[in-house]
Amino acid sequence: MNIFDMTIHELHTALKGKQVSSVEATAAMLQRIESVEPQVGSFITVTPENALAAARAADQQIARGECHLLTGIPMAVKDIFLTEGVLTTCGSRILNNFIPPYSAASWEKLQDRGAVLLGKLNQDEFAMGSSNESSAYGTTRNPWNLAHIPGGSSGGSAAAVAARQAIATLGTDTGGSIRQPASHCGCVGLKPTYGRVSRYGVIAYASSLDQVGPLTRDVSDCAVMLEAIAGHDPKDSTSVDTPVPNYSANLKSGVKGLKIGLPKEYFIDGLDTDVQMAMDAAIETYRRLGAEFVDISLPHTDYAVATYYLIATAEASSNLARYDGVRFGHRAEADGLLDMYTKSRSEGFGVEVKRRIMLGTYALSSGYYDAYYVKAQKVRTLIMNDFISAFADVDVMLTPVAPTPAFKIGEKINDPLQMYLSDIFTIPVNLAGTCAMSLPAGFSASGLPIGLQLIGKPFGEETILRAGYAFEQATEWHTRKATI
Amino acid sequence: MKITVADVEHVARLARLTLTVGEKELFAGQMDAILGYVEKLNGVNTEGIVPTSHAVPMENAFREDITKSSIGLDKALANAPDRSGSFFAVPKVIE
Repeated sequence: MNIFDMTIHELHTALKGKQVSSVEATAAMLQRIESVEPQVGSFITVTPENALAAARAADQQIARGECHLLTGIPMAVKDIFLTEGVLTTCGSRILNNFIPPYSAASWEKLQDRGAVLLGKLNQDEFAMGSSNESSAYGTTRNPWNLAHIPGGSSGGSAAAVAARQAIATLGTDTGGSIRQPASHCGCVGLKPTYGRVSRYGVIAYASSLDQVGPLTRDVSDCAVMLEAIAGHDPKDSTSVDTPVPNYSANLKSGVKGLKIGLPKEYFIDGLDTDVQMAMDAAIETYRRLGAEFVDISLPHTDYAVATYYLIATAEASSNLARYDGVRFGHRAEADGLLDMYTKSRSEGFGVEVKRRIMLGTYALSSGYYDAYYVKAQKVRTLIMNDFISAFADVDVMLTPVAPTPAFKIGEKINDPLQMYLSDIFTIPVNLAGTCAMSLPAGFSASGLPIGLQLIGKPFGEETILRAGYAFEQATEWHTRKATI
Repeated sequence: MKITVADVEHVARLARLTLTVGEKELFAGQMDAILGYVEKLNGVNTEGIVPTSHAVPMENAFREDITKSSIGLDKALANAPDRSGSFFAVPKVIE
């Protein structure tokens, strides 16, 4: 078996048993990156020297008998995570020279356990996009079909797992940015409950919605990664002080008697036939495993995209005010201070980021604040209440991740509204602040992966991981590999 | 509703952006379409509904008022496009 094809748990066994060293594993990954990167474009920055140095340190750690599950495992993180001393662009020209003075808390936790950083992954600029086409560093391609998008905004994070350029990756999810690319690239991706993972050192897009999560080859790896990154962080005042369960220990309890809700608003006419067939098959699998299905309703689903694009853009316009050319990032040649702000921003930001800043600024501007922003916050309350009511009757919900498999590069780039609507099944979860996971559940007739979404109650990650594990044991979708 | 190029120019000024003529026209049309789409929220009765600014119910997060070390001047200024001693330097504001 190729090292680059391994899961975390497989490589961990090999490292612990001294069949392979972390330096060998890391070198194998770097070689794999070199060979497939020209086709896929998952990375913005590859850091071979740092990676090999970290691998040598991990090997020493293993030699001393300290081998955590993540020790010596080569990984990569989305370029939205600050990494001390390593270029961090967030997919934007405005940060094309930014070397962070500290690291994101979530990455630091992985690093503390001996994980090896291979590099920084491509993404939509400032995590604004569903296709990775808004990156200032080129579009990442879907490893299953290079003419298609990998999804976004954590497109590089999903493509790197699918193309076996990293054993596991970290992404962020504001409106579906972990789950939708995971679905399109055939890997497992989990968006934890808001507050479950620290956002410290993660470049902010929409602060009330952003959350950090793992993308992996299987559910067991996902549980291990979440265990490592979850928990309260005094440096993120919105992180929640709730004990972190041992997610891996509880994977195998099965789904007998588990109540799974099917929200009728997610199984609409016009859902892609291949997606519908994959969902039907998944429901049948769960039935066979002893789960019970309940028809439920989330009546405000149809308002979620509109609500999201007001709240997210409003928060973004405020968060992105910090890019002014004063303290870091690109500074334009200018006459005077105001001119410097304006020119630096206009030269540094790409078109999608400008569009969202404009929309958010409009929604917050005098005379429109109540009509747009406050109205959206009220509808958000109703969307949250939908989930609270529905979860009174069910343990988890099962839905598609996206209405279609990955679309073609260029297909939606000139129609932002159509692009926004592709996130219709993932956005409500962010607005409600709860957790959800995408896992491989089939393929389209043309060979593109289709993901299944399991939505859990707030802090119900344990249950969706257990349900995901049961599905994975009963199917073989996660074992298929993109031929690249 | 109709977003005009003048509206776009006004919002761009607030957002500290300068747009090309092409961008202004593009954004006027696209913002008009997107804001037209979000009009559907007006169909939702939100009377008496409390706005949600945050998904997790949480009070203020307090900590002890004790001084801790910070990252220090050199690290803080390492990314400065222009530096003057221990300060970030910017173009002259006051003549």
